[in-house]
Amino acid sequence: MRPPSQAALRSLPKGPLARLADNEGWLWRVMLAPAIIYIMMLVGVPFVLSLFYSVSNVTVASREMSFVGLENFRRIIESGTFWTALRNTVIFTVVSQFFVLVFANMLALALSANFRGKWLVRLLVLLPWVAPISLGAIGWLWIYDSIYSIINWTAREVGILGPNQWPIWLGEPNLAMASIIIVQIWRIVPLATVIILAGLTSIPQDIHDAAAVDGAGFWRQTLEITFPLVLPITLVAVLFGVIFTFTDMIVVFVLTRGGPYDQTQVLASWAFFTGIQGGDLAGGAAVSLFLFPVLVGVAILFLYLARRAEVT
Amino acid sequence: MARFNLRNAGKESARAAVLVFFVTFLAFPFYWMVITTFKTTNDLHDTTKNPYLFNEPPTLEHLRVLFDDTQYLQWLINTGVVGVAVVAITLALAVPAGYALARMTGPWAQTLGIAIFLTYLVPPTILFIPFARIIALLGVQDSLWSLVLVYPSFTVPFCTWLLMGFYKAIPRDLEDAAMIDGLSRLGAFVKVVMPISLAGILTAIIFAFTLVTQEFVYGVTFITSSSSYTVSVGVPTFLVRGDVYFWGSMMGACLIASVPIAIIYNLFVDRFVAGLTAGAVK
Repeated sequence: MRPPSQAALRSLPKGPLARLADNEGWLWRVMLAPAIIYIMMLVGVPFVLSLFYSVSNVTVASREMSFVGLENFRRIIESGTFWTALRNTVIFTVVSQFFVLVFANMLALALSANFRGKWLVRLLVLLPWVAPISLGAIGWLWIYDSIYSIINWTAREVGILGPNQWPIWLGEPNLAMASIIIVQIWRIVPLATVIILAGLTSIPQDIHDAAAVDGAGFWRQTLEITFPLVLPITLVAVLFGVIFTFTDMIVVFVLTRGGPYDQTQVLASWAFFTGIQGGDLAGGAAVSLFLFPVLVGVAILFLYLARRAEVT
Repeated sequence: MARFNLRNAGKESARAAVLVFFVTFLAFPFYWMVITTFKTTNDLHDTTKNPYLFNEPPTLEHLRVLFDDTQYLQWLINTGVVGVAVVAITLALAVPAGYALARMTGPWAQTLGIAIFLTYLVPPTILFIPFARIIALLGVQDSLWSLVLVYPSFTVPFCTWLLMGFYKAIPRDLEDAAMIDGLSRLGAFVKVVMPISLAGILTAIIFAFTLVTQEFVYGVTFITSSSSYTVSVGVPTFLVRGDVYFWGSMMGACLIASVPIAIIYNLFVDRFVAGLTAGAVK
């Protein structure tokens, strides 16, 4: 068959594809559908499943499962580890994000001016965030090593540690907690810094100039102009920091595996050790659901900020 | 005038002090990786000498062990394979979706965009339990396919959101003009918008790829045999097994995998931040 001529093509009624290409209402639906279906299947469905699992007795190997009501939650709440993990998760998040907030504001302020070699400084301070965290955490595992810790060697050399003092960073519960918090601060500060920096650079120079003419010094400008103006974006930085900290298990997994004796377990890592390594999917699902309220809280705050940005 | 300069000098030295403190804190672990990678084992284990210095000549032995005696190279290849596959899936889904969200009118277009972005915030640690079973039922546990299937669950929401921002920044007039010239809406998208949004698509590629290389939780959940690990999972789980730590090789492994990703990511980090904050702050 010969291909139809151009004129013949033009006189033909439009095919379904051509009609689709012009009908915007349908075009949008067709373009959006694959992404939305994929997300529904891979986020929505597992999420609903985890709700079901938490009230069932499912394990990795089981073929069937039955409804057990709130049995899993009762079991979890009665175990001592749950309360340790919950307390640790809150401490881990609140303490690390407090320091992130302070540090990131200082660092962003320091980076907001132009100076020679700024690109290199930026690259160096961003490293913890842009490199894979599981690998960065291994760097810390070596820094915290029980025998070869560079921290201990340096502290002894400058006289902070006496001859019989040699802290085992990851071996004592309180020190181990402090150690993982330090690594989490280390990891999130760069992210928070670049977010706040983006806010700082969006403040028009005119405002600072006007304030300077009116006699406002550095501190007054910082406290009364800069901070209020970057407050919304700082809040965004905190929201992401909270999400990436409260639900994270990587730092704990790599550094302590929850040890010693579950004393540094957080909810996410405990869900992993219960559900995946222990094979108790139902228990693991129940543990991980305790992460959900914070997630909802952050989402609501995020939506509030989005609405606010739309109105103003 | 003198007082003014003094104040300026004080401000500058405060700035320098802050920068020195943070560069030391944030970059030190990577500096320490470099030193450790090239030190002989003897030197690493000698606590009487200054560990900051090379007390014996530097060595490439740790890197040789890493590539000859471990599956590190395989893990790098796995990471690349999964990364490329996930990038392909992500683009196929996120490019059309991002464009549709940018051009749709109506009250729920914005809502839908934010809803998609919010799914990016649902953490792996809530979803990995059901996924473990789904992956087992599908029979792809221990295979790279499990990662290829699941990773788009976070790359697609993020890249859709990112691309939506890019397409919104392209003036509608361009397409309107092309459509007056006889192109359909779809034709205008493919022939006019796509070519000028290559920067946006490149950004999406970089982010999908780096998110894949950084992922740890799903990897450690689905994969148990060492030959199917990606780098970010293989190094912390397999090289840290047992009592003997090959610190030199481990630090080399971390360094080789981190530095290229870090440098590329660094070039695009401002766009990443713009994507994160676009919804909440104008």
